[in-house]
Amino acid sequence: MIDPVALFLMLLTASTPILFAALGELVAERAGVLNLGVEGMMITGALAGFAAAYHSGNPVLGFAAAALAGALIALPFAVLTQFLLSNQVASGLALTLFGLGLAALFGKPMEGVKAPTMAPGPLGLHWIVWLGLLMVPLIWWFLNRSRAGLILRGVGENHDAAHALGYDVRRVRIAAIAFGGAMAGIGGAFISVATVLQWTEGMTAGAGWIALAIVVFSNWTAPGVLAGAWLFGGVTVLQLRLQAAGVRVPVQLLSMAPYLATIVVLVAISARQKFSRRAGSTAPGSLGQDFHALR
Amino acid sequence: MTEGAVLRAEGIGKSYPGVRANDDVSFAVAPGEIHALLGENGAGKSTLVKMIYGLVRPDDGRMLLNGRPHQPADPRAARAAGVAMVFQHFSLFDALTVAENIALGMENPPPRRALSARIAQVSQDFGLPLNPDRRVVTLSAGERQRVEIIRCLLQNPRLLIMDEPTSVLTPQEAELLFATLRKLAAQRTAILYISHKLEEIRSHCDRATILRHGRVVDSCDPRAHSARDLAAMMVGGDMRPIDRSGRQAGEVLLQVKGLSQPAPTADATALKSVALTLRAGEILGIGGVAGNGQDELLAALSGEIRNAPGTILLEGADLSRLGPEARRAAGLLAAPEDRLGHAAVPDFSLTDNTLLTAGARKGLVRKGLIDRPAARAFAQDVIRAFDVRTPGPETAAKALSGGNLQKFVIGREVMQAPRVLVVNQPTWGVDAGAAAAVRQSLLDLARAGAGVIVISQDLDELLELSDRFCALNEGRLSAPLPTQGLTLDQIGLMLGGAHGMEVAHL
Repeated sequence: MIDPVALFLMLLTASTPILFAALGELVAERAGVLNLGVEGMMITGALAGFAAAYHSGNPVLGFAAAALAGALIALPFAVLTQFLLSNQVASGLALTLFGLGLAALFGKPMEGVKAPTMAPGPLGLHWIVWLGLLMVPLIWWFLNRSRAGLILRGVGENHDAAHALGYDVRRVRIAAIAFGGAMAGIGGAFISVATVLQWTEGMTAGAGWIALAIVVFSNWTAPGVLAGAWLFGGVTVLQLRLQAAGVRVPVQLLSMAPYLATIVVLVAISARQKFSRRAGSTAPGSLGQDFHALR
Repeated sequence: MTEGAVLRAEGIGKSYPGVRANDDVSFAVAPGEIHALLGENGAGKSTLVKMIYGLVRPDDGRMLLNGRPHQPADPRAARAAGVAMVFQHFSLFDALTVAENIALGMENPPPRRALSARIAQVSQDFGLPLNPDRRVVTLSAGERQRVEIIRCLLQNPRLLIMDEPTSVLTPQEAELLFATLRKLAAQRTAILYISHKLEEIRSHCDRATILRHGRVVDSCDPRAHSARDLAAMMVGGDMRPIDRSGRQAGEVLLQVKGLSQPAPTADATALKSVALTLRAGEILGIGGVAGNGQDELLAALSGEIRNAPGTILLEGADLSRLGPEARRAAGLLAAPEDRLGHAAVPDFSLTDNTLLTAGARKGLVRKGLIDRPAARAFAQDVIRAFDVRTPGPETAAKALSGGNLQKFVIGREVMQAPRVLVVNQPTWGVDAGAAAAVRQSLLDLARAGAGVIVISQDLDELLELSDRFCALNEGRLSAPLPTQGLTLDQIGLMLGGAHGMEVAHL
């Protein structure tokens, strides 16, 4: 039968890509930026990381390149939304399409080659899994205990007030967007460099969208993101196990289970939150709004 | 007096495209002085203080703070130089706690525990009770202002700027604020106080600088002048007194009985068995601090929210289950508070905006088709009768200034000759001239035999207009009292007194 410990370890691995992407998006959204380009940044990271790891033979370099590529491809989005005041939803969607297309184009020569591997960390888990778990308390601490995190939350909650107090709203947001891109890039590279070990077009398979949903599910908190990622990762691993065990349920139904479970939980949570604005923390006040300072 | 001034401005000028916001402005604020900056909307008060606080840079002139040149590049530099500012709007972060809000306003905040202790200390010293761990979203307007004030006090400012601080307070809360300001002034802090509430300035300020069209037109001791004199200096000419004559209460027009409704959203207020009676020719004033059910009451009366049967009767007919269109047709009209987005569609022309509420009553829509010439003619009538300054009826609503759009929005309803008109905040953010015109039009409407309900947070306005006054407090409407002989103290108690201090019931 299924060993719960082994299942949990698999869950940790399966949830890592969305954990990274969702943590990055969490920071961006807490700064007030809704970036729907997570999928595009992930796939860019997946390709850049894979290519760098393949050419250098060093997976660590791959992850560094993925972070850099994710941040870089997020920059046009930052310029569009922060300087040209483009609509964040449309720009984010464009970023996703752009990233998917770009990766498909430059990924052609990478098809069919294998990535180098690295020695696993404690409990046989990839070091990046451990890094992701470490990022959860770090980001929680940054947001809730550090001065910089307080400023970032202030900018996301009420950009006019932050500006009136003399904080540079744009600079904070651009930094948050770049961080979100880097995290999404690492998340994407984890798929290509650490689990699949190959490059396939569109291999992130909607993980970026799940990451976006999880940020909402988390009520914009780092521990909530971890719970959401584990829920998605858990259902993924479970349905794979069930498929392998030959359960008499159509494969299509099993494959869609993780997505379905995430949506169901999201709906339940938002229904509960609708009437408790005063009780719990909810969306940052300035999320998705353009900021334009009058001088 | 001006020797050793905390702040001295000399020949300050600032231009925006098409507007000279400030021109050759000079004044000085002495230590321990409460100095009023008086002027209509658009007179340049906000621009001036934004320059002092480093949000805007002046084009010409210079400022001296304690004798040293003061050219703050940003608000942080201004704060470091000893300038603190309490804003009228947008400077608190709703989802953050009181302590976090205060930390964001400081250059080098102490660690969390030390900061909480200092907040407790300062709030005790100045008699401003506040819990550092509360989220701002849960605070009343008066408590929010305490957060801003304590944020400023923790920096030991030499100059404290206050931008229309009492506009959201009950009279009791305002008294508390002035007591704090006097304590501060006694410690030699200079206070620059922006307002257009004349009585308040007369009783609490030592000196007033009056701005008109960006220039200093006068400087005086406000205690030595009447409110009328100050108003005349502010608008540059005598104000025409409001004409309240020629009205008498007739038959009952509108009856509201046992109107209760749950809060439509989590942020909103539930209405709790609201009852009122409105007669022909009468103006009923409804006061209250923002967020006590004003918007919900307007929505319930206008038909945006439908009510239980038998709760809203117009001339005996039950309108409770009808929507806005049907209520308009019956003669119950409403003008909501938010001009852009609620009362008018910002991107629509004035003609299209008239169609939205006047379609049925003025016969602008026939058999589902719009009669454009008639709509344009009606918009033109409103523009002419209400002196709306605009190039014409095809101008987009959002292109009008606040005061002009407000005149249009009120005029559109008034000129449909309603039986009952409900208005919410009819002169909010409107300059004195336009406000007087709007108020006079409401009085004229009542004189012609209509009933008018004025919901407002401006007590002076309610006292000036209404025959009877009632207060809205947490969704409950008090019994009405005749406005004649009502004192501000009594009204304050009706509004719920000072929040977090003591709640009085009447």
